[in-house]
Amino acid sequence: MSAWSPAFVPTLVRRERASLAATLLAPVIALVIAIALNLGLYILMGRDPVAVIYAMLFEPFLSWASFSEVLLKAGPLLLIAQGLAIGFRAKVFNIGAEGQFILGAIFASAIPVWFPQATGQWIWPAMLLLGAIGGALWASLTAFWRVRLNANEILVSLMLSLVAAQLLNYLLLGPWKDPNGFNFPQSVMFQYDAMVPTLIAGTRVNVSFLITLALSVAAWVFMQRSFIGYKLQVGGLAPRAAGYAGFKEGWAIWLSLLIGGFAAGLAGAAEVAGPLGQLQRSVASGYGYAAIIVAYLGGLHPIGIVISALVMAVIYIGGDNAMVSANLPIAAVRVFQGSLLLAYLIAVAFVRYRLEWRRAAHRSPS
Amino acid sequence: MNAIEFILAGMLAAATPFLLAALGELVAERAGVLNLGIEGLMAFGAVLAFIIVYQGGGHLLGFVAAGLGSAVLSLLFAFVTLGFRANQVAAGLAIGILGQGLSALFGKTYESLTVRGLPKLALPGLSELPVVGGLFVQDIVVWISLAATLALWAIFAYTKLGLIVRAVGENPKAAHAIGYSVISVRVLAIAFGGAMAGFAGAYASVVYTPLWADGMIAGRGWIAIALVVFGTWLTGRIFLGACLFGAVSLMGLAAQATGLDVPSQLLSSLPYLVTIIVLGIISADRRLLKLNGVASLGEPFER
Repeated sequence: MSAWSPAFVPTLVRRERASLAATLLAPVIALVIAIALNLGLYILMGRDPVAVIYAMLFEPFLSWASFSEVLLKAGPLLLIAQGLAIGFRAKVFNIGAEGQFILGAIFASAIPVWFPQATGQWIWPAMLLLGAIGGALWASLTAFWRVRLNANEILVSLMLSLVAAQLLNYLLLGPWKDPNGFNFPQSVMFQYDAMVPTLIAGTRVNVSFLITLALSVAAWVFMQRSFIGYKLQVGGLAPRAAGYAGFKEGWAIWLSLLIGGFAAGLAGAAEVAGPLGQLQRSVASGYGYAAIIVAYLGGLHPIGIVISALVMAVIYIGGDNAMVSANLPIAAVRVFQGSLLLAYLIAVAFVRYRLEWRRAAHRSPS
Repeated sequence: MNAIEFILAGMLAAATPFLLAALGELVAERAGVLNLGIEGLMAFGAVLAFIIVYQGGGHLLGFVAAGLGSAVLSLLFAFVTLGFRANQVAAGLAIGILGQGLSALFGKTYESLTVRGLPKLALPGLSELPVVGGLFVQDIVVWISLAATLALWAIFAYTKLGLIVRAVGENPKAAHAIGYSVISVRVLAIAFGGAMAGFAGAYASVVYTPLWADGMIAGRGWIAIALVVFGTWLTGRIFLGACLFGAVSLMGLAAQATGLDVPSQLLSSLPYLVTIIVLGIISADRRLLKLNGVASLGEPFER
């Protein structure tokens, strides 16, 4: 039935069970489609496609120095996406991870900003914990608005991200501005003990990467093996059935948002106590939004997310390379991210559906 | 000019990007489609209009290009959600990110450049009134937007077309059974929403603040989506909501002009904070949301 004639129309037919092959192939196909489309765009822009491909997809792997930067980038994306995916599977759409990330960075910075002279091995762990709490508190506003006031969590969490960006600006231009910083919008440089120890000598990869991996394992155990995780997923798949079974929706929303905020806040803290070494505007660089794509591309599965975070990090580092060597504007990374998610949404349709060519006149009535 | 006169005079112009985008989103949502990509569609329209006007193409051509461009981009959303039954939330976010990326990419070489806006047209007589006179001195796009609001209200209230769109959003299976093509209606509604978002972006970049800067839409697309909820899917209330947000976004400027000692970041946050608060107040009344809400909003249609 594959021959095309005007009498046949393509129709998506629901599969009896989801296709495992399609599940695994979908992100790969999406990546290939996105690369092809974006290459077309670069050629239209008059860039050398070979140079772009080389810089974006190969250079990140060619030296330990640049691959370690990929790992460094993957850390926050991985952490935030793991937290978001738990909520997404429960159909709680927290898209305000960017704001929770910023609040995590702010909360963590409070210690070195207020106690610049403090020393001791307790400082960086305390900062990470404080950052995670900050992110969770910011997310709890969304949870409260959703559960108590019935307000849409997508809009509230997004608005709170925009507020968080203004709060960051306020602190950096006002009370937290480094008095010796030549008027740059940034805090003081953090003291040595406020920095997360380096994990791999000679690179910027730090201990927070280990924490991120450990939390990824925890996310896997939570979602795939625990009763609470199971309840969350049932709530997302069949809210009514979950309701009859006594799973409370409000409780799922609180849990989803607090986990998401906790993870994003921790990531924000690790960013200022790691590669940045101070609170600065560039901490708000869109990790929270990119992590949404990482979560989907990883199939909302803890293991898939590890891989998709690495892929996204390669695109970031490769995009930076291409900006230098192939004169590609950095906005191209955002275009790539958007088209990648779109391509994935198309490819993933074939997990649940088969494409059939059906006779136009005999469309099945419902 | 005191603060009240200042706000009254500028309110409608400040409200216009919110209004245009929200009216487009209203039509899409009435047809059962939740398009969260408005922010990106606005940014895309804004950059297209800016480039055309900067290159000397004129405002009319700029608006046409913005409307067409954003409509085409929104068709990509239609293709993914209607053709492949993708999750509308994820697809909307993807379109949003893509639109913002494309706008930054195309706008790179135009960063911080400016163009000339549009002249204000005064309604004779009314514009000479004390205090409220400023309300009647507006550019042509504001007048057209008001006409579009009225037209859309009338279409939904009195015409068969409005009825069909609502039927498709309310009960797509029934609409399909009586012979309307749910998919076609939704594609057209999405394209209309995209075009309106494009016009809204164009207004922001070539009329309201006639300059291009990456990120200049600054959450207005998201506020427009929230406006549809505030307005409980009713045209008149969406118009009032847009005016409220026009006024709120001017309050910051008015406060600074009067020398009020408030951090500028707090004033910039005002529209977002007001959105959060109003969203909470309106949504808390579940009965109100149910009354005019769209039953199948966000759900894919399968025959």
